[in-house]
Amino acid sequence: MKRLWRWLIPVAVLPVLALLAYGFKVSPRDIPSPLVGRPAPAFALATLDGSPLSLEGHRGKVVVVNFWASWCYPACYEEAPVLERNWRGYRARGVVVVGVDIQDKREAAEKFVADFGLTFPVAQDLKGTVSVDYGVYGVPETFFVDRKGQIRVKHVGAVTDDVFRATVDRLLAEPSAP
Amino acid sequence: MTADLGYGMTLVALGLAVYGSIAAGAGARTGRLALVESAQHAAVGVFVLVTTCFALLTYAFLTFDFSVRYVATNTNLGTPFYYRITGVWGALEGSIILWSWMLALYTIILIVRHREGARELYPWALATMLGILAFFLLVMTVAAPPFQRQVPVPADGRGLNPLLEDTGMITHPVALYLGFTGFTVPFAFAMAALITGRIGDTWLALTRRWTIVAWYFLSLGLLIGGWWSYHVLGWGGYWAWDPVENAAFMPWLTGTAFLHSVMIQERRRMLRLWNISLVILTFGLTLFGTFLTRSGVIASVHAFTQGSIGVLFLSFLGLVLLSALGLVAWRWEAIRSEGELDSVVSRESAFLLNNVLLVAAAFTVFFGTVFPLLSEAVRGVKVSVGAPFFNQVNIPLFLSLVFLMGVGPLIAWRRASLDNLTRNFLWPVALGIVAAAAAFALGVRSVLAALTFATTVFVAVTIAVDFTRATRSRLRLGESLLPAMGRLLLRHNRRYGGFVVHLGILIIALGVMGSHAWSVQTETTLHRGEAAELAGYRVRFDGLTAVEESNHLKVVGAFTVSNGKPLGVLRPAKKFYPQEQAPIAYVDYRLGLREDLYLVLGDFARDGSQATIKLQVNRLVSWIWIGGLVLTLGAALAILPERHKSA
Repeated sequence: MKRLWRWLIPVAVLPVLALLAYGFKVSPRDIPSPLVGRPAPAFALATLDGSPLSLEGHRGKVVVVNFWASWCYPACYEEAPVLERNWRGYRARGVVVVGVDIQDKREAAEKFVADFGLTFPVAQDLKGTVSVDYGVYGVPETFFVDRKGQIRVKHVGAVTDDVFRATVDRLLAEPSAP
Repeated sequence: MTADLGYGMTLVALGLAVYGSIAAGAGARTGRLALVESAQHAAVGVFVLVTTCFALLTYAFLTFDFSVRYVATNTNLGTPFYYRITGVWGALEGSIILWSWMLALYTIILIVRHREGARELYPWALATMLGILAFFLLVMTVAAPPFQRQVPVPADGRGLNPLLEDTGMITHPVALYLGFTGFTVPFAFAMAALITGRIGDTWLALTRRWTIVAWYFLSLGLLIGGWWSYHVLGWGGYWAWDPVENAAFMPWLTGTAFLHSVMIQERRRMLRLWNISLVILTFGLTLFGTFLTRSGVIASVHAFTQGSIGVLFLSFLGLVLLSALGLVAWRWEAIRSEGELDSVVSRESAFLLNNVLLVAAAFTVFFGTVFPLLSEAVRGVKVSVGAPFFNQVNIPLFLSLVFLMGVGPLIAWRRASLDNLTRNFLWPVALGIVAAAAAFALGVRSVLAALTFATTVFVAVTIAVDFTRATRSRLRLGESLLPAMGRLLLRHNRRYGGFVVHLGILIIALGVMGSHAWSVQTETTLHRGEAAELAGYRVRFDGLTAVEESNHLKVVGAFTVSNGKPLGVLRPAKKFYPQEQAPIAYVDYRLGLREDLYLVLGDFARDGSQATIKLQVNRLVSWIWIGGLVLTLGAALAILPERHKSA
């Protein structure tokens, strides 16, 4: 066959396609948090039903600090059932989920908690100091704190069952004493 | 309910489009007209269904139907009426439905216009159009469904991205998408030409006006995008070489190249392969642009949300490019041109050079856009190339292109004689040099600015020379001046439409040059009563007020402006939306032909005692928008049906 080389024309686009496909593997928005590996900033808030809520009070447990807001649709709506489900499943094993509601109205937050039947402690960060301490850029963001009180993983966007289980199982497997 | 109805209609439309595409192809192969007619009916059905879907979604927006997920995500009870309409295409899912609707519309126009005329090419073009339409309907059902139920129904939605609450958002996407989708038609006819082996000039003649329409809308979309960026984003610029802008600019560049290279094929039977490749490239780039802005592969200021849609688009892009280029390889012998280049000094070579430069510009933009990805793949480092790269590479290219705009239309075909050259270019070159000298005498010290000025004057004079000469020859036939000019424009509307478009581009070039070379800005913090000064303007800070709007809180500053005489009060603001992390700037400005005064409110003290402002005096920017209007006139003139076949 003569002129076989002409079939190289369509083949030439393959490298470009491959490069673009590679783009799916990496996220241009992945920016590591400087807080990972550092002690989690302490906070003391009051939950919606009035009881005190602090990080100090859960020392020795794996703490999942979740920043959310009722206006954060749809991501917070997606992860709320996930958090509730896993809180119920893991609480007996020394895991606590803490919801921090930011830039929100109290009634809207209460309605959100009631709609999704959330039973884990939820507090409003009225002054915004906690979200500043944690460097929260948007909601939802979730920080996984190990039993020594260090932030180990920062998750941006809705938490899924897989992310929750994999992270928490890993932190539970670590020895609690230094 | 609404969601299910819309989803159902989308599915039926998808089925019809797939059927229509296959039926048209089978009809073309077997020569059975009944099949082609059946495909036409299917196309009408698709159009009706997609139109109904669009209307349904609009209705859901207007009635705050939050049981539709897309509505809940992109509107809330505070969203004003007309932004609820534009919100329909404000995000990913809606943009795909708008896209599909336009494709369906173009398909109907294609049927109406070409059903009778182009027996051989038409069925394949129809099959291609419906195939592409089927892909977008597939996206609408699988990857980005606008009709999806939301359970539980939220009491209020999230709200539209506040940056999109602007009148530019009504027109910008519409114009841009009309341009993007418009290039599907030339592509469909190119495919028909390749499949049937009729690679002569018929497909070019059929698509000429389609190409101008698509090109015009793309230009308009780019310009409105620039205007939106200028008066909404508040950074004082209209173009940032952002990936999304580049995504629309690349097909514009190759589309422009195509518009010019067809003329050489028409006249000299040259460049067949080149023309087919340009159409494939242009259409491929429109798909690439859609992929880029919707896949999240490259970071950008205004990318859509991401999802599985990227994989789908990349696969389709691959399918389109591989099959189109495969057809080119298959028809290789037939595509090779008959004509040859006679001389380097000729209109052919001027056009050829124009094409090379345009494609080179498109390539550099492409390279710069995917560079972050390339760098991460090869070296594992995240790097972006910014405006300096794009400017440095492209400014010489664009300047040469502007120069060629003067040369191309007047230089002789085949081989230009010395006589032809002096007759046409003596005055333009002389006046261009005079312009540069005058600019220097007036104190312009930027070489680039002087060069741009000289080149634009050169081109403008070539157009004037040509038009005067043609008018004179009509005057000699006894016509009076104005009717002669009018008839000239109408008789040779394609040529003079092109000239008017060129004038529009020249005006835009001057605006771009002026804003780059002579704009000044300052940033400063003012206490109440204090004033800042810039380029003869005095801006005094008078205080802040807070205003509660239907869906946001607005802090408005009052600034009294004067330049010797009072010019009034500017009121830039910062808008705080509950669903956004950062406040949105609301710019205020005074537009002028010579310069714009442009004021952005930055940080401020809560008690209103002080505020930080960014103050800019942007020179000649208005001419960019004026150039856009001129370009519109030219494109309209060029699209008019030709009354007289010019020899």
